[in-house]
Order: sequence, then structure tokens, then C-alpha cells
Amino acid sequence: MSAPTLERPAPDEAALQEQFDATVSAEHRIEPRDWMPEGYRKTLVRQIAQHAHSEIIGMQPEGDWLLAAPSLRRKAILLAKVQDEAGHGLYLYSAAETLGADRADLTDKLIEGRQKYSSIFNYPTLTYADVGVIGWFVDGAAICNQVPLCRSSYGPYARAMIRICKEESFHQRQGYELLMTMVRGTDEQRAMVQDAVDRWWWPSLMMFGPPDDDSPNSAQSMAWGIKRHSNDELRQRYVDMSVPQAEVLGVTLPDPELTYDEASGHYRFGAIDWSEFKRVISGDGPMNAVRIARRRAARDDNAWVREAATAYARKHAS
Amino acid sequence: MSMTSEGGHGAVPTGPEVPVEPKAATARRDWPLYEVFVRGKRGINHVHVGSLHAPDDEMAVHAARDLYTRRNEGVSIWVVRSADITASSPDEKDPMFAPSGDKVYRHPTFYEIPENVPHM
Repeated sequence: MSAPTLERPAPDEAALQEQFDATVSAEHRIEPRDWMPEGYRKTLVRQIAQHAHSEIIGMQPEGDWLLAAPSLRRKAILLAKVQDEAGHGLYLYSAAETLGADRADLTDKLIEGRQKYSSIFNYPTLTYADVGVIGWFVDGAAICNQVPLCRSSYGPYARAMIRICKEESFHQRQGYELLMTMVRGTDEQRAMVQDAVDRWWWPSLMMFGPPDDDSPNSAQSMAWGIKRHSNDELRQRYVDMSVPQAEVLGVTLPDPELTYDEASGHYRFGAIDWSEFKRVISGDGPMNAVRIARRRAARDDNAWVREAATAYARKHAS
Repeated sequence: MSMTSEGGHGAVPTGPEVPVEPKAATARRDWPLYEVFVRGKRGINHVHVGSLHAPDDEMAVHAARDLYTRRNEGVSIWVVRSADITASSPDEKDPMFAPSGDKVYRHPTFYEIPENVPHM
């Protein structure tokens, strides 16, 4: 004989799905304790974790210039920016944890190469002009990607994105201002800016991901309200924004096919080398090994600090 | 490998080949999770802003200050261990909140007052 149970009957999955769909289509937010389809949860964990990893790894390329910033003003700005990237990563890990992920475990997955981060951070920052171009291009592209995510159907993700977007605007503007300052300088400085533009333009366009006809998961993410615009749509928006900014700066974007199309009101651009993108994201970019090695060292070399803090907390709790 | 642009700073793989389930063996939960509440300025309530891990309450406040108030966003911070929060679940929203739904007479608009009655 089984003991009587006070458990309520299991809710009907179809009814829960219906309620979830209605919430998403009414543009209401899904919150952590709501029922959600397993695929929705997994997709969000993947996306938010890899977004977080990108912010954390993104500290490295610019961090390399902290000790070589040309003035105290520039150093203070760069420090604030790199600190923001750390903050963005932590807001996002916090959002991922509301879905049942574990922060330390996500870091392990990054270090083991099982989860990825944006391919853009696998390129080296060769000159100080790269700091400016990263702010202008990379953070500009990130803003294009991230602004629609402020309306993502998952509440904690959307709220993290609102915070991030507010701060990201500073990142882009400081970069552009840095470049404005350099192009008003010497011929050598102008050449440095142009060289950085030449190296970062195409990888920045790749940040939006493969063309729509090669992006099989996008439709589901759109239906779930996780993704709001297609890769190609966002890329086009970014190119249209960037061309006039390049003109004001007086630099040439390295694409001979870049032309304004009167009929559509958009700039047409040349073909992107997707083989390079696939190579870099798969681990064969110029800096992949360096980035991961440094992240691993940060985890392992600082373990004693975490252990000491834990020991202190235990001692004082008793 | 399927990719989307929604990695914020750029496209990342989003297909099933990317693992998402935590490995129980490696989950290091020795630093508890804290929820962080910030009072933006005097005169308004503390508002939930996010969470963080810290070894103890004091470190949690320090970390919250570094993480959530880099731009003057707050004048006061509360932290509380997530495990200490008792919450109503949205799943229970009907039994929990339905009783207030049909009590329209608790709202001022329920009462009809002639137009010519002043200050009401």
C-alpha cells in the first residue's frame, strides 16, 4: 500500500506550452521560475554563456595596451572600459545561473574549448590604434547585436542587456574619439589608423554570423523571441551606420565593392571570406591559444585567493 | 556547426554540439549566491539588480559595489543569500493572486462621484 500523497497532479505539458507561447507572443517576459520548453532553456544557456565568455575574453586584446596607453587620461578610460567588460561578463553569468547553469562550470567549459566566444577576440591588437578601432567597430557591432536583445523574451537576459547597452555606448564613443585624435596627428598616426581599419573591418562584419541561408537555428530563436533580427539584417544595418562614420574620420573601408545603392538606400558590400571565420571560430585564429591560456592561468593562479577567502569566511562563521 | 550573431560581441556556435548542462562533479558551489539590491538615490526603494557569488556577506557587499555601482548607480546596497529568499512562484499565480483580482471595489475608480464634487 502506498502512502497518501499531497503532491498536486502534474500539470499538463500541452497547457504549459500554450501558456508559454501566449506569454511570448504577447511580448511579456519569461521569468526564471516559469515553465519553459527544454529547448528554450538550453538555447538560452548556450547563448548567454557564450556571450559572457566573449565579454571576459574581450578584456584581453585591449588589456594588452593598459601599460602602454599614451597618457593618464587614456589609461583611465581604457581601465574603465576593460573593467566594464568584466562587469558585462558577470551580469551575463548571473543571467545564465537563473537557468540552472553553474558559473564555475561554464568557465571550465570555456577553458576546455567546449563552449566558444566571439571569433573577433582571436585577432591581435598590434598597435594602439587598434584600441580605437575595437571601440568603434567591435563595440559598434556589439551594440547592433545587443540593442534588440534588450527586448529578448527572457527577462533576466533582457535586463542584463539593458545595463550592458547603456555602458557600451561609452565604449564606442571613446574609441571613435581616440581615432579622431589620431587622424588629427601625424601622417604616421593616420597610417596607423588606416592599417587598423584595414585589419578589423572584415572580422567585424563576420561578428554578425553566417548569412541567413546558412543559419539553421535562427528561425526557432526568432519564434521564441530570443533573437529579433536576422544576421544579414543586422550586418546591413551596421554597414549603413559605419560608412558615414568612416567618411567623417577620413579613412577608407577596405572593400572596393562598397557602393551606395540609391534604389534600396543601403550600402552594398563585397563577399565575406567565411572560410576564415570558420577557421578562427574553430580554434585556428592567430590568438586562440593565447586567449585560453591566459584565462586558464587566471583561474588556476588565483585559486589560492578564493581558497583563502573561503577559509576566512568559514572561520568567522563559526 | 550552426551559428547565430546573438553572442553580443559576435557570432558563436549555438547548435546541440555545445554542452549546456552543468557537470555535478565540477560544480563548485562553496561560495553562495547572493541577490543584490541597490537604492538608486535617496527617496526610492532598493531594487533588485542581479546576483553574484561571494564567500561571506561582507565580501558580497564589496563585490556588489564594484559590479553594480561603477557609475554612481547607488547610494545603498543590500545583499541577501539567494537561498534565504522565500518566493511565490509564478506557477502558483492563480491561487496566490486571484483573490485580489475580483475585488474591484478596492480601487477608487469603482466609485462613481458626480463631476461637480470638487477635490475627490
